[in-house]
Amino acid sequence: MTVAAAGNSPPVRSYWSITWRRFRTHRLGMVGLCVVAVLFLVAFLSPILANEQPILCRFDGGFYYPAVVDLIHQVPGASLIIQKQRPYRLATFDFKREFDPERGDWALWTPVRYGPREIAAEPLAGPSSRHWLGTDQSGRDVLSRMVHGTVVSMKVGFLSMGIAVILGLVLGCIAGYAGGAADLVISRFIEVVMCFPPFFLILAVLAWFPPSIENVMIVIGLTRWVGIARFARGEILRIRETDYALAARSLGVKPAQLVLRHLLPNALAPVLVSVTFGIAVSILIEAGLSWLGFGVQPPDASWGTILRSGYENLFTAGHMIPPACVAIFLAVLSFNLVGDTLRDVIDPRLQAERA
Amino acid sequence: MLSYILRRLVTGLVTLFGISVISFFIIQLVPGDPAQIQTSQIADAAVSERVYQQLRELYGLDKPIPVQYANWVGKLVVGDLGSSFHDGRRVSAKIGEALWPTLSVALLSFMLTLIISTPIGIYSALRQGGGFDRSVSTGLYMLYSVPNYVAGMLLILYLGVKWDLLPFRGMRSDGYDEMTTLGQMWDLAQHYVLITFCFTFGNLAYYSRFIRQNLLEVVRQDYIRTARAKGLGERSVVLKHAFTNSLIPLISLIGLTFPFVLSGSVILEYMFNWPGLGRLYFESVLQRDYPTIMALNFITALLVLGITFIADLTYGLVDPRISYEK
Repeated sequence: MTVAAAGNSPPVRSYWSITWRRFRTHRLGMVGLCVVAVLFLVAFLSPILANEQPILCRFDGGFYYPAVVDLIHQVPGASLIIQKQRPYRLATFDFKREFDPERGDWALWTPVRYGPREIAAEPLAGPSSRHWLGTDQSGRDVLSRMVHGTVVSMKVGFLSMGIAVILGLVLGCIAGYAGGAADLVISRFIEVVMCFPPFFLILAVLAWFPPSIENVMIVIGLTRWVGIARFARGEILRIRETDYALAARSLGVKPAQLVLRHLLPNALAPVLVSVTFGIAVSILIEAGLSWLGFGVQPPDASWGTILRSGYENLFTAGHMIPPACVAIFLAVLSFNLVGDTLRDVIDPRLQAERA
Repeated sequence: MLSYILRRLVTGLVTLFGISVISFFIIQLVPGDPAQIQTSQIADAAVSERVYQQLRELYGLDKPIPVQYANWVGKLVVGDLGSSFHDGRRVSAKIGEALWPTLSVALLSFMLTLIISTPIGIYSALRQGGGFDRSVSTGLYMLYSVPNYVAGMLLILYLGVKWDLLPFRGMRSDGYDEMTTLGQMWDLAQHYVLITFCFTFGNLAYYSRFIRQNLLEVVRQDYIRTARAKGLGERSVVLKHAFTNSLIPLISLIGLTFPFVLSGSVILEYMFNWPGLGRLYFESVLQRDYPTIMALNFITALLVLGITFIADLTYGLVDPRISYEK
């Protein structure tokens, strides 16, 4: 009897699987998620999408796959274990020049045959059949640079928010749970940080460090944690007073465990929403900083630096501006869409209103 | 009320103190001071070193940082922001010059935002879920996701360069001085168009959505039902009873965002070659112009604190239910 009853009752679902089921019903949110996934794929697969070296080739009697090795090198630490074969890892080796079909050489090229730093054609050439988005002031292929710029944006978006989340959650939890002097100090500190326009703060800090993508990530992370900390603090304050927190406490659960296992998981949902919006903002800030010359340094590519070269050659080479603009817009829009949908989906108050 | 104001003033002062200490130390922490930058061009090492030491003495950089900070605060108290390390001009004069370009764009954009988004917000709230509501909110949402400098680049490229419709460099054209007064005004107005648009369009979605949301919340209240039950016309219910009651969050939103608008946008001002505060800040950072950076940081922080404070006080005026006694 009990077995039958259990069989009839709906299967128990975790909170996140319920959230995902609700998320799937939002069309725009799904579109946003798809665009995010595509951007991710482009970033990860960038070495085999745009590279001056082929995916697979026969060269002077041997088989090589240099672009695939580049792809493997995307995994941190992989370059210590797997190296590129001899001629390809030499800086002076130009495969395109050495390539000789009469010797029986052949190559399976990447979809975009030019590397992001490769000087491939005339500078500032407009779009053509060989260079779909034209070339920049050094004669590098803009499409290839756009593809590799995606890596920068995704990395900055996720890693800087990672830093912000860790900082924000730790400080927010301490402030919310411990209260008292700790709360006072942390809340004051949050208030101080919030009084600076974020971009000012970032510029002020960045001016003192050598411009590089790592520093940009760290600085964005260090300035974006305040919102998360405030959220986490508020949620912990609320959840601390719930019955299940009381139950856990009366069972003798230690404070650290109580926060980590019982309070924090229940505070994560709103934090996730602000993280999604935060990624969009970080991508935006990175492109802006690179535009100003504080971010990614030449010859490396980022959407912001491409936009900048378009700005510097406004009258001769406007063709660099629209692609970079579209990319930044799409990234920001899709993360915003995902964030908005997430907020609708996980806010139980809104759910009640709809019902 | 008085004790509330006093309490707020004290915490505000503490926060200001924290902000000034932090920014002072961030600035000083780093290798490479303005004296070094300014002497890096001198070839003769001995001369360079001597000038470097003299400059450091002149700027007071040879003293320990706490002493420098104390000096800075001492001057600030009597309203002296110091002189720029870069060109020796008074910081207050430099900021004063940059203030109007930024302030005028900010005010203009703010007025436009409110003028456009209030009717949109009210109308969409009344026709919630209708065709107008949905299409306008989708359209504005897309606009909201266009970063302002991205829009700026596209506008410069198409309206400024390709179609050559509007100017986009600075506030005035060459030969401004020779123009007639009317011509000067027309020239100035043209220069304002693009940059003001860039500052405005993103806020439209945010504000109209915000107004709509608040109005929707208010419309559900009992006193609105009462007003309707009294037989008041829909117009008077919405504008007099509902909208005025949805103003409180709007005031706090304006309070929260205005200081940031005022600080200007570094990228936009740089892009449009606009002689405002954002660009001044950017240039000061590049030149390690400590007094100007400190002054700008301090003024912005002061504005943020001050305006939030005023916004908190106006709640009481708009909504008599709010009490400041606790």
